[in-house]
Amino acid sequence: MSAHVSARRGGRLTYAVLICAVLVSAFPLYWTLVAASRSNAELARPIPALLPGPRLLDNLQAVLDEAAIGTALLNSLIVSGAITVGTVLCSTLAGFAFAKLRFRGRGALLGAVVASMMIPPQLGVIPLFMLIVKLHWVNQLQAVVLPGLVSAFGVFFMRQFLVQSLPDELIEAARVDGASHARIFWSIVVPIARPAMAVLGLLTFMTAWNDFFWPIVALSSQEPTVQVALRQLGGGYVHDQSVIMAGTLLGTLPVLLVFGLLGRQIVGGIMQGAVKG
Amino acid sequence: MPSAEPLAPLAPPAPPTAPAPPAAPPRRRGRPAGLSPYAFLAPFFTLFAAFGIFPLLYTAYVSLYRAELQTPGELEWRGLGNYTALFTDPFFWTALRNTFTMGVLSTVPQLLMALGLAHLLNYRLRARTFFRTALLLPYATSVAAASLIFAQLFGHDFGLVNRLLDLVGIHPVDWQNGTAASQIAVSSIVVWRWTGYNALIYLAGMQTIPSELYEAAEVDGASRLRQFLHVTLPGLRPTIVFTSTVSTIGATQLFGEPLLFEGSMSGGISHQYQTLGLYMYEQGWGFFHLGRAAAIAWVMFLLIVVLVGVNALAARRRSRKEAGR
Repeated sequence: MSAHVSARRGGRLTYAVLICAVLVSAFPLYWTLVAASRSNAELARPIPALLPGPRLLDNLQAVLDEAAIGTALLNSLIVSGAITVGTVLCSTLAGFAFAKLRFRGRGALLGAVVASMMIPPQLGVIPLFMLIVKLHWVNQLQAVVLPGLVSAFGVFFMRQFLVQSLPDELIEAARVDGASHARIFWSIVVPIARPAMAVLGLLTFMTAWNDFFWPIVALSSQEPTVQVALRQLGGGYVHDQSVIMAGTLLGTLPVLLVFGLLGRQIVGGIMQGAVKG
Repeated sequence: MPSAEPLAPLAPPAPPTAPAPPAAPPRRRGRPAGLSPYAFLAPFFTLFAAFGIFPLLYTAYVSLYRAELQTPGELEWRGLGNYTALFTDPFFWTALRNTFTMGVLSTVPQLLMALGLAHLLNYRLRARTFFRTALLLPYATSVAAASLIFAQLFGHDFGLVNRLLDLVGIHPVDWQNGTAASQIAVSSIVVWRWTGYNALIYLAGMQTIPSELYEAAEVDGASRLRQFLHVTLPGLRPTIVFTSTVSTIGATQLFGEPLLFEGSMSGGISHQYQTLGLYMYEQGWGFFHLGRAAAIAWVMFLLIVVLVGVNALAARRRSRKEAGR
């Protein structure tokens, strides 16, 4: 991030508007907690409760009975974890090659990566589905993990970081000492790339956890991720609003926890990945 | 929104930290093309070919065949039949229109508010990190969760929105069945999720604008508003092009929000908020016509190409106009 800080101080009005924006951002999530800890009857009163109530555990129990939320949480953890590790690894490998190695076709390949960022993944969903049917992967987690590993953004993100942060001299010196490319990668590139790998990992995990379209196509209610389970909850079979909200809370909480702990890094990652001049 | 991933255009040259000047003459960097560099690229490009490029091309191929979900292995040649069937289906045109109106309803307010918030975040603030993080909370909430929450907030009888309106003396609005009302409600989910994210992208762009420009404007006696119009906005042009492109791509594929707003594939009782993405899903996984769904996907792709092209052209023309002044 650049060190440019506006010299102008924010006035009272600035704070007022920003605090309103924060309230609007946070209120729906707060309301989820309120609704998840009340009964339906309480929510339907003329003046609804605006504070959390005592029924959270009962509602969570009801969710566990309604949808395979336990399985879903575990599946989401496996899928998001595998996608994160794989994506960070593939992206760092390719990002290093694009940043520091010379080879034929480098410009064209990098151009292809950048161009593919403009193509929405949804558009390939039908053939992808036919592919996993052929491979008998329907309802198998690898059907979600493998396509999830393709992150053009990740490659580009790592390349940008390494171009700036990895001195050529280090690589030269290691070469002179007779180190192989693989050796250089593990002992020089990875230690330097670690902070960027962590940020990319966070962003990837969040995206994978929240992904919706492909998982609901590839998985069913027997083997859901959290988002697939939420779709069942909202699919009209459950009419109890407080139970739906309890499920929503459960599905959102893990990401919000990560966010609470590492929000600063996520903000930094998004701003780094943004346009720079 | 689909994970519209922020792409990272070229970063500014790094400040010269090393004693060597950054623009050193091109030295021999490694053995000219051994096998090794390709080995580094292999994992990504293998996956990219299998799960990225191939499906996209194959979509065009499948769209020319009758392909049914129950028998995905059997393709029967239809030529342009899927497309003609599409163009004679009134629901396709409804979905196209809805995608457009909801795209405008979600993208325009989202980007304008993000611009205003970024401007405020760019002041020297106490609790800077807190504000940035809190505004990003909606982005961390999944489409599914956000849609379920908003569906409840917009509920007809007990939804908080209608109760709030009731407090100020406005009759309850039928957010599920009114055409304009339901489109506004679904669009508001998108606006809520993406405004903070875009504000941070704009903020990053604003921080690259040299402060000398502001100081010079200050000396010339330009008001805050004039500074914003004549320093901030021109400096943000590439960022604005970028965010509007990404939002356009996202809006074209709007899917999770309308699906979960009520839980049905039809996007409301009279398809009043069914988007192209939802229409494609309904054709493919509701009615089992994968070939038809592929045709819709391809139409969506062309639509994105056209919209992004128009966006790029407009940006180029405007910067040429600026240069011509």
